[in-house]
Amino acid sequence: MTATASKEVVLLLEEVNKTFDGFKAISNLTFYMDDGELRTIIGPNGAGKSTMMDIITGRTKPDSGKVEFGFRTDLTAMNEPQINRLGIGRKFQTPSIYIHHTVFENLLLSLKGPRGVFAALFSRTTSEQRDRIEAVLKTIGLSDKAEVLAGSLSHGQKQWLEIGMLLAQDPKLLLVDEPAAGMTDEETHKTGELLLSLEGKHSIIVIEHDMTFVRQIARKVTVLHQGTVLCEGSVDDVQNDERVKEVYLGRKKKH
Amino acid sequence: MRKSVLKFEYLLVGVFALLFLVVLPCLNAFPGPNSWLHVSDFTITLYGKYLCYAMLAISVDLLWGYTGLLSLGQALFFTLGGYMMGMYLMRMIGDLGQYHQQIPDFLVFLGWSTLPAFWKPFNHFAFAMLMAVLLPGVLSGIFGYLAFRSRIRGVYFSILTQALTYAACLLFFRNSLLLGGNNGFTDFKFVLGHDVRESATQRGLFVATAIALLGVYVFCKWLTTTKFGKVQRAIRDSENRVLFSGYSTANFKLFIFILAALIASLGGVLYVPQVGIINPGEMGTEKSLEAVVWVAVGGRGTLIGPVIGAFAVNAIKSWATRAYPDLWLIFLGTMFILVTIFMPKGIVGLPAQLRGLAKKIAAKMDGRNGEPKSVGVDAADTIQPAKSE
Repeated sequence: MTATASKEVVLLLEEVNKTFDGFKAISNLTFYMDDGELRTIIGPNGAGKSTMMDIITGRTKPDSGKVEFGFRTDLTAMNEPQINRLGIGRKFQTPSIYIHHTVFENLLLSLKGPRGVFAALFSRTTSEQRDRIEAVLKTIGLSDKAEVLAGSLSHGQKQWLEIGMLLAQDPKLLLVDEPAAGMTDEETHKTGELLLSLEGKHSIIVIEHDMTFVRQIARKVTVLHQGTVLCEGSVDDVQNDERVKEVYLGRKKKH
Repeated sequence: MRKSVLKFEYLLVGVFALLFLVVLPCLNAFPGPNSWLHVSDFTITLYGKYLCYAMLAISVDLLWGYTGLLSLGQALFFTLGGYMMGMYLMRMIGDLGQYHQQIPDFLVFLGWSTLPAFWKPFNHFAFAMLMAVLLPGVLSGIFGYLAFRSRIRGVYFSILTQALTYAACLLFFRNSLLLGGNNGFTDFKFVLGHDVRESATQRGLFVATAIALLGVYVFCKWLTTTKFGKVQRAIRDSENRVLFSGYSTANFKLFIFILAALIASLGGVLYVPQVGIINPGEMGTEKSLEAVVWVAVGGRGTLIGPVIGAFAVNAIKSWATRAYPDLWLIFLGTMFILVTIFMPKGIVGLPAQLRGLAKKIAAKMDGRNGEPKSVGVDAADTIQPAKSE
């Protein structure tokens, strides 16, 4: 924190704890992130990565601790849609898109704008919205798929569409959970480039297992272990850290 | 492909509308009873009943097919609407009942000599209609608010709706509720000044029901094209995504749940004067389950499907309950199982399913002749028409 005191902190977790049936999923987790940063979080299975995402997005309430967005807004008192409307978008590990809607409609429903029932009843698609959707389609490389049913996209394209759906909301903070899971090498590389191109425009947290992918995108890496931050630093720092080798890389024989 | 399916649907709706708004009423009114063209009063009331059921079916589908909420209690709202209409009709009997008193017969039987206060406003048709909106509306609103706010989903939601209708059914069976107990209401005489036993009145009710159904259809069609309709289907396909896109899905589900209750209630209001009786048996658990079968058979996730299903299943029921009265429930269950396994998109999806099958067979034949065609393209083709609307 001291090194980047000049920058604004976009996300803050302090002394956060969460226990599920006696299992300490998150324990004394303290985590800061700067505005505009691209952060990668790694950690073995059960390290608490997904629980951490759940806590940030309002799916799970922490037992104790502080969770704040932009140093001001207390996230623990809000539910998922409210937190989303603040500008926090989340991409799930398995693509969650609307398979019976076209790609265009998927993005239309995600565009920033009023979210009420009556607004939805009488809303019309404006030309600015169309332009915005076209811009997003271009970013995620699906311009020629606008009128295709989302369910018929390939796995990789579905993942990109979901990232596009987050971008359509123009979020301040993007949480991306294992975007490369199940992708081919080429798709993985493309996803990495997509995320890198967003750097600076949005603050991004990426959770990932694939070390090649992590090397491609990583700036600052946070290693989670047993629900708390084990260490932080560049990929090389982290990979040379003895504790990390012990708990994480040592187990990753399969990679 | 989707456009042509839509065109076919509109054509079908047009034919239906012409048949029910013009042809059947005219054939009932003009040719003499002995003419081969004559449509009997019995047929008119029977089809009128089916039209009411079709509204109930649309209300089930709006929840199940479009929003992914399987309500097993829609018959409750149908029956509540029916009771409100029934209370008005009971007041219109006047002193023509068995006991020739100014209050309904069952109240005389229970020892009442004056009308209970809550019955009095039902002398007015407008009040009864207001209540037919308010009672199901408020009940569905409270139930929906509690259920959706607590994030009750899937099978748990279904079970709760089933419990709700069962509880209401038990309540309405009680004489102390002063709504006729297990006999409910019957022996109606007048509706809006017309004798309900006259064929002209029944014809009028029939046409009114057809217009109401057409109105419900057009409204729902519009609803599905709005952004609201898109959010509805998005909730069905991936509620998490909708939630994490900033929509309070509970509000959307509540709105559609109340709307569906009102549509069901409208069906019930029109049902009672045509069928001539309403009792708590109509909110029994199996009635709501039947409505689900209509939708499954007709084709869920479409608006024409529930209407077709309500007619088809009830036509079979009318026949089966006469020919094999004991076997009807077995018929119904078998139908549901067969449709679920072999016709997941119901009658509406059948043409597309058959086309797909024909293509598959053709592809196989080609393959056998040593000329493997591009099966991939065929398969993609067959997916398209199966998509509803």
